This record gives sequence, structure tokens and C-alpha cells, in this order.
Amino acid sequence: MSVENFVELSATAIAASVRAGEISPADVIRASFARAKDIGAGADELNIILYADEKASIEEAEEMQARVNSAADLGILAGVPVAIKDNIASLGLPTTCASRILKGYVSPFEATVVSKLRANGAMIVAKTNMDEFAMGSSTENSAYGPTRNPLDVRCVAGGSSGGSAAAVAAGITPIALGSETGGSVRQPAAFCGVVGLKPTYGRVSRYGLVAFASSLDQVGVVGRSVDDAALGLEAIAGFDKMDSTSSDAKVPIYRLAALGKPAPVAENPDTEAMRIGRSPVPLPPPPSPTTLAGVVIGKPIEYFPDTLDQSTRELCERALDRFRSMGATIRDVSLPRSPLAIPVYYILAPAEASSNLARFDGVRYGLRVDPGKGLKAMYEATRSEGFGPEVTRRILLGTYVLSAGYYDAYYRKAQAVRTLISEDFRSVFASGVHAIFTPTTPTPAFPIGAISDPYEMYLNDIFTVTANLAGVPAISVPIGRVRHLPVGGQIITAHFDEYTMFRVAYALEAGLGREAHQ
Amino acid sequence: MAVTREDVLHIAELARLGIDAARADELTKELSAILAHMEVLSQIDTGSVSTTIDVGADGTPLRPDVGVSPLMKGTLESFAPAMRDGFFIVPRLATHEDSNESGA
Repeated sequence: MSVENFVELSATAIAASVRAGEISPADVIRASFARAKDIGAGADELNIILYADEKASIEEAEEMQARVNSAADLGILAGVPVAIKDNIASLGLPTTCASRILKGYVSPFEATVVSKLRANGAMIVAKTNMDEFAMGSSTENSAYGPTRNPLDVRCVAGGSSGGSAAAVAAGITPIALGSETGGSVRQPAAFCGVVGLKPTYGRVSRYGLVAFASSLDQVGVVGRSVDDAALGLEAIAGFDKMDSTSSDAKVPIYRLAALGKPAPVAENPDTEAMRIGRSPVPLPPPPSPTTLAGVVIGKPIEYFPDTLDQSTRELCERALDRFRSMGATIRDVSLPRSPLAIPVYYILAPAEASSNLARFDGVRYGLRVDPGKGLKAMYEATRSEGFGPEVTRRILLGTYVLSAGYYDAYYRKAQAVRTLISEDFRSVFASGVHAIFTPTTPTPAFPIGAISDPYEMYLNDIFTVTANLAGVPAISVPIGRVRHLPVGGQIITAHFDEYTMFRVAYALEAGLGREAHQ
Repeated sequence: MAVTREDVLHIAELARLGIDAARADELTKELSAILAHMEVLSQIDTGSVSTTIDVGADGTPLRPDVGVSPLMKGTLESFAPAMRDGFFIVPRLATHEDSNESGA
């Protein structure tokens, strides 16, 4: 294997070739940077990458080569280049949340997910563009300009992790990290024709993820395939003492979900050998009428409204037919409080953001604008100049719903309805449904500048935000195209059941084959 | 519930955001329009519903109540806007300042 066809190489293929000594980590890095240059990933063109340092990445690759030469455990992502959303703290490259208020800020510590990636052999090659502080659904809210969709440069890449989804879609890296608060990995993944997931709340450490709405935030993974996304999640999942909401639930080998069997015991030596890449994971058999035997997939009526784009509906029906052909049972279900999710989310997330973003005040880090009129004037000047329009809007909205006289009517009410939304999911899963299938987004990617009304933009999250409110895992998988633009199908499972989520996702990907991108 | 211009200016002060007159007018319209969509929640009976306090499967895990030091590999001076002798420097508080003085 060589890096000549780098764009087509999966993360698993790169890791296997690096381990076997067929390609060097430095070759991989050079191929990734060459692809970024060829595709125009910089600010003047697609605007996917905010920060990258090829010289430092080559040095990192040489350290990786030393690990190869010493026959050390290289990890499941040996030599795999990974792009990181710009709100995840990394040593060496800036972490600015695509905001003027953090321009030039280089974190003095590293996010746990980045440390885990490095420990698993990955090489961090870029920080990717995003909506400022992850507030947006199109990456148009970046202080550094919008990311363009590699599949149609007239359209948005989605958001807020638009740069990460575009980096994978453009073939710069096979895996990228994004972050989710209301769908910010799944929605751009759907728009860019790649796979994107959010894990169960608590499955992945939030330490080093710049906080937007702490009860909703999770680091997510973008992959070119379900397999790459599974590999990426496996690398970053698990307990972390640095995150008080981190879970100590065991992390299975997600890639084995492709075989359609129960999760293996994590402590088994054979399992462990596969987990760290010492022995290969068996290839899954081709899809058959028994691939999803015994699996019940729920089709929630609220996610297929009469107003749903007809072409998107048809692609979802085709996906459901494939599930049936692989032995799954499709059952109509109801998540009756889901239509309330957007109002709930846009009360709770801004409320938490108004508190979390209070730390950006010109005192400890980032921008300081001092008009020379005292401390309060410095706070106001710094924050007004540092934050963009959407962040300002959400801070004010959050301050309003938390302020005296409005707290009960908005914040407390939204927290109660959030409980009802969570109960809807628990009820469906308790009734014997293993996974829920929905469209990821109401429409494919829209043209840059097409949506100016804030609430209309918020409605892009209508099918994704419920999983964040309920804390359950969800994944978006390509299911076809409408007018050459990708459409994603979403699979949601119960808390900590990412294994079933991957099982269904692998089956859908294999069942659709090339049709997933047609 | 419509937001007034005075509301916007008040919450902007609470949030330490400087808002000029034109932007205050825009935000009054924008926030009112957004909050109008939230009114649907008032129709939901939540009298017997508890508010969400955790989003995990079994609640938020507990851990020993001890501090954990951040894993700092850089110094505060490397990113603070202004520091001296290990302290962040800020402009003077309004109650102590001379209006002609720039503080710090």
C-alpha cells in the first residue's frame, strides 16, 4: 500500500500500513498536507482549516516513526492524521473557538480526547473552522468566514463542526473530532456526505472542550465511514477523572459491532489484542437477510412530518426497506414531546452559555480592549468587540431567561419539558425498540447566506437536538443524494448502547453500498 | 412576551456587553421574535414533572470531593493580557478611579 491514493485510505488501512512498515508516518503527513493544499482548504478557498503547522506535524511523525522502529505498542490509530475542531484544547496549535476574543490563544493544557488520540498513535494535523463558540448550524458564524461545502462550494458545510466534516469529506483526514451541543457533528456530517456521531453524555471526557452548554456538550467523531467513526470513538471514550460528568462504563470494541454479535468481554486477552491493534478485527460478512435479525427499529412519526422534503422522505424509506431486507422489524413509534425540543434547547443552551462565557472578560486570557474608563468599561469593550452577533444574541437570550421574573417561565419550564423529552426516549426503548431511525436534517445543505432569520437557522437542529437533551447516542450515516447534495439518516439508541448504534449503522452502510452516495 | 428596549439594555449591562443604540433596537426585535416561539412551552402541564438534573443513564457519577489540579504545561504569563508578580492586572474599579486615569 502507498499514500498515492491517500484520499481513499481509511483510518484502519493507514494504521495497518504504518504498523506493517509499508508507509511511514511522515509520508502520511505529507500526503494530508498535499491534499489540503490541492483542495484549497485554506482561508481563501474552502476555509476548512484555521491552524496547521506542517513542520511540527512532520516532527510529530518522526517521533511516531521512532515508536514504529522500537516495536512499541502503536495504538489503534497508528500514524492516522486527525483534524480537531478549534474549541478543543491542543498543545502547539491555537485554540480560538473561531472567535476574535480568543485570537492567538494557545492552550497551556491539552484536552483529554487529544491526549487519548496521541496515546493511540494519531497525529494532530489541523484545527478546523467552526461557528464561533459552536453557536450555529452553518459555520457562517465563524469570525474567520464560512467554511464551504467541498461537494458544492456554493453551499454551507453545516455547523457548528463544519470544518471537521469538510476536512473528512475533502479527504484531508479520515477522522476528525467535532463537538455536539444540539447536532453540531451529525448535521454537518449529513451535509458533507460523511459519518458523524455524538456519544452518550458522559461517555467521552469534556475536559479541554471549551464549554458552551455543559449539560449538553459532548465531543463527537466525524469519519469517512462507519468503521472509521467507530475506531475514532473507541480511541477517545472512557472515564476521565478530570471531568466530573465522565462515566466509568466499560468501552466495548465498537468495530466488532459490524459482525452483528453481542459486545465481547473487554478484559478478554483476545479482545484486548484486537483493541490495541495487535490482531486484526475480523471483516464483517456481506449483508444478508439475517444481518439485523431480531433488531427492532422505531420510526417516530414526529420526525416524518407532512412538511418533510419529499426526496429526503424517499431516501429514508429506502433505508428502512434495507433494514427490513436485513431482517429488522420496523415499528411506528411516537416521541410526542420532540416538537418542543427547539424551544427547550434555545432556552437551556443560551442560559448555560451566558454563564460559561462570562469567563471571557479580558482579564485572564484572550483579547483585552481597554478604553481607559475603568474595569466595567474594559469588560464591556472587550466582550462587545470580541464576540460576534450570534454569540452576543445568545448571551443576551440566556441572561434574559435566567433573570429575575423570567426564570420560572422560561428556564425552569424548559428544564421540566426536557425531562418529558427524555422520558419519551426511555419509554420507546423500554418497549423493546433497539434503535430509532430518522432523517438527520429536514433538508440538504443550503446556499451560503440563504438563511438570515435566527430562528429559521435554529430549526436546522430539529431532528438532532432531542438526542442531546436526552443524553442518548446518535449517528448520522449517508443515505443518498438529493440534487447532488448528500442526505443523512440518523440512528439513535439508548444510553451507553453505542454498540447497537454501530451495529445498525454498519448494516445500513453495507446495505446501501454505493447508493449511499448517489 | 415581547422584550422591550429597556430589557435589552438591562440584560446587556448584566452580561457586561456594550450595545449601541442601533444594535439595541435590532436585538429588541430579534429577541422578541425568538421568545415568541418559546411561548408554546407555557401550554405544557409540568406541574408534577421534576426538572432535569442529570442526563446520564443512572445519574451523574459521584467522585471524591477533592480538588484536581489542571495539567498545565504553560505559564499564565504566556496567555494573560497583563500580569505582574503572579497576579492578573486589571483596570481600577469605578469606585476607585479617576475618570481621566486609564487604570492599571
